[in-house]
Amino acid sequence: MSGRRLRDWAFWGLCGLAMLGSAAPAVSVLVSVVHQAAPVLDWSLLTRRSNAGGIENAVLGTLWLLLGVLVLAGSIGIGAGVYLAELATGRVARVLRFGSEVLAGMPSIVIGYIGYVTMVVGLHWGYSYLAGVIALSVLVLPYIVKTTEVALRQVPSALREGAVGLGMAHRQVIWRILLPPAAPAVVSGVVVALAISTGELAPLLFTVGFTDSNPSLAPLHQQVPYLTSVTFTDLSLPGARAHATAAAAGAASLAILVLLILLGRALSRRSRLATAQMTL
Amino acid sequence: MTTLTQGRPAAGQASGPRRRAALRLLERADPVPVLLALAAVLPTVALLVLAAVMLTEAYPAIVFNGWSFLTGRTFTMGNLYGTATQVRHGFAAPAGARYGVLPFLVGTLLSSLLALAVALPVGVGAAVLLAERLPARVQAPLGVVLELLAGIPSVIFGLWGVYTFGPLLSRTVDPWVAAAGLPWLSGPVGSGQGLLTASLVLAVMVVPIIASITRELVRSVPALTKQGALALGLTGSESVRVVTMPFIRNGILAAGVLGLARALGETIAVLIISGNALNTYPHSIFAPFATMASTIAAILDGALTDSTGMALHSLAEVGLVLLGITLVTNLGGRLLAQRFAATGLPVGRGV
Repeated sequence: MSGRRLRDWAFWGLCGLAMLGSAAPAVSVLVSVVHQAAPVLDWSLLTRRSNAGGIENAVLGTLWLLLGVLVLAGSIGIGAGVYLAELATGRVARVLRFGSEVLAGMPSIVIGYIGYVTMVVGLHWGYSYLAGVIALSVLVLPYIVKTTEVALRQVPSALREGAVGLGMAHRQVIWRILLPPAAPAVVSGVVVALAISTGELAPLLFTVGFTDSNPSLAPLHQQVPYLTSVTFTDLSLPGARAHATAAAAGAASLAILVLLILLGRALSRRSRLATAQMTL
Repeated sequence: MTTLTQGRPAAGQASGPRRRAALRLLERADPVPVLLALAAVLPTVALLVLAAVMLTEAYPAIVFNGWSFLTGRTFTMGNLYGTATQVRHGFAAPAGARYGVLPFLVGTLLSSLLALAVALPVGVGAAVLLAERLPARVQAPLGVVLELLAGIPSVIFGLWGVYTFGPLLSRTVDPWVAAAGLPWLSGPVGSGQGLLTASLVLAVMVVPIIASITRELVRSVPALTKQGALALGLTGSESVRVVTMPFIRNGILAAGVLGLARALGETIAVLIISGNALNTYPHSIFAPFATMASTIAAILDGALTDSTGMALHSLAEVGLVLLGITLVTNLGGRLLAQRFAATGLPVGRGV
């Protein structure tokens, strides 16, 4: 008996170590980034541009890129998810779903390379906002498609059957019955896609370039600054101050990320509550 | 569109069966489903376009390099400043250029497999503890930590690996390992940039993927079976071994394969931490190395200056090999998951 008890303790002890090994890096990353950024961390960071050791232009550029991804990947992804969940049938649905899942496995540097060859050079867009938004959108599109589809499928089928039984048209069923309760989950999927976009560098490295001025609204031929690029370039510059700025830019992208994750969690909790109440 | 404009006034005027027919016409001509279908086709179209572009970009290099691409041990862009070129099979490259992918291929596979070997037991152990043992009020915050870990940008992992984790390893763990004098596990430990640090950082990036999938899998095990095991007097760990694990084993396999795919494609963190050694195999676990993804990011700038374009084409071929490996791995994971796992798998960067 005691041997079995001992083995049990040993097993859960190892699991505890594994838990520690998973959680500790997250804490360590946060602490070390903030610690490294500490020498330069004050509010003036947000009002100086990157040529003056600040990150104002990079923050603005990142938010500007996120807005583009929200519009482009958000609209296409949600549309595709609705279509796959409600309208597509049989083989067509299977093929399209398969295509989207395969796209999800595309290495981000390959997307960056292709963006460079096709848009920056091929279409003569130069390093530009639109090229970056499209590259990022290709990266996160499969994620939005999948979460939208799953969200719609989780609406209880009794609701759907009830609506059809009352004689509602198919599109009325989609717009009035299925989408409202699924909306928080759909939006939380989009929010997570934005979180992914915030942290990506490889697709942007060769598509949007970088500039020390604030981002312009021009979609083509104008380079856009963004946070992960500041981290990446300042990291390999000599000097403690550059390293601190790299960490500060990292801390800023982490802050955006945490906000987005919390927003996504709040939304998905709302959607769980909404779905739980929706029984007939 | 014409049917739409014809259908609209009819819908307003007529009544009865004519009105119903008009409504049906309106519904069929509704632009919304067409737009939705267009959106749904886009990811697949994007995939095909990406694959086609990659193939056409790599084609000159495939012809020029032949099999030596896969067996070659050096990747050098040759003399980019001279005008001398070498021509093979009708395609020109700068004199002295040789394009061999083998060291990058070895680096990619080695670092990803090492990462998986660490991440799999850690991720599964953490997930089992989280789902089976911990009370709900601890589960939620730990879930947030895992989610955060999945979301941390790879460039920040790079920063952490270079300035915090790598130096820590080279001061503490590395000397101990090196002192044991085992083959391939010894040698100069350096400043902590190299295969071991990069693999462990990759493992940290893969853990949340494996843990989150495993957690859902553990939750999908029927409670009745678990309670039965406990009622028979099994301890918690025995119940995990006898009931939970057989139930979710294949799902865990799928999770591992998906995690592997993530590690294979990782670019920026590896680029920063690997030490970025071109044309050499890692002679010890502490040695610098390079992967296919990190190499593309590292030398794309230089490749752009090659007037023959062959350097760029060869990088496309590197990308094509990487693409092939990650897509096959990813698909394998998904097929496994579809066949065996009870829950759907997440798509994307593992968040």
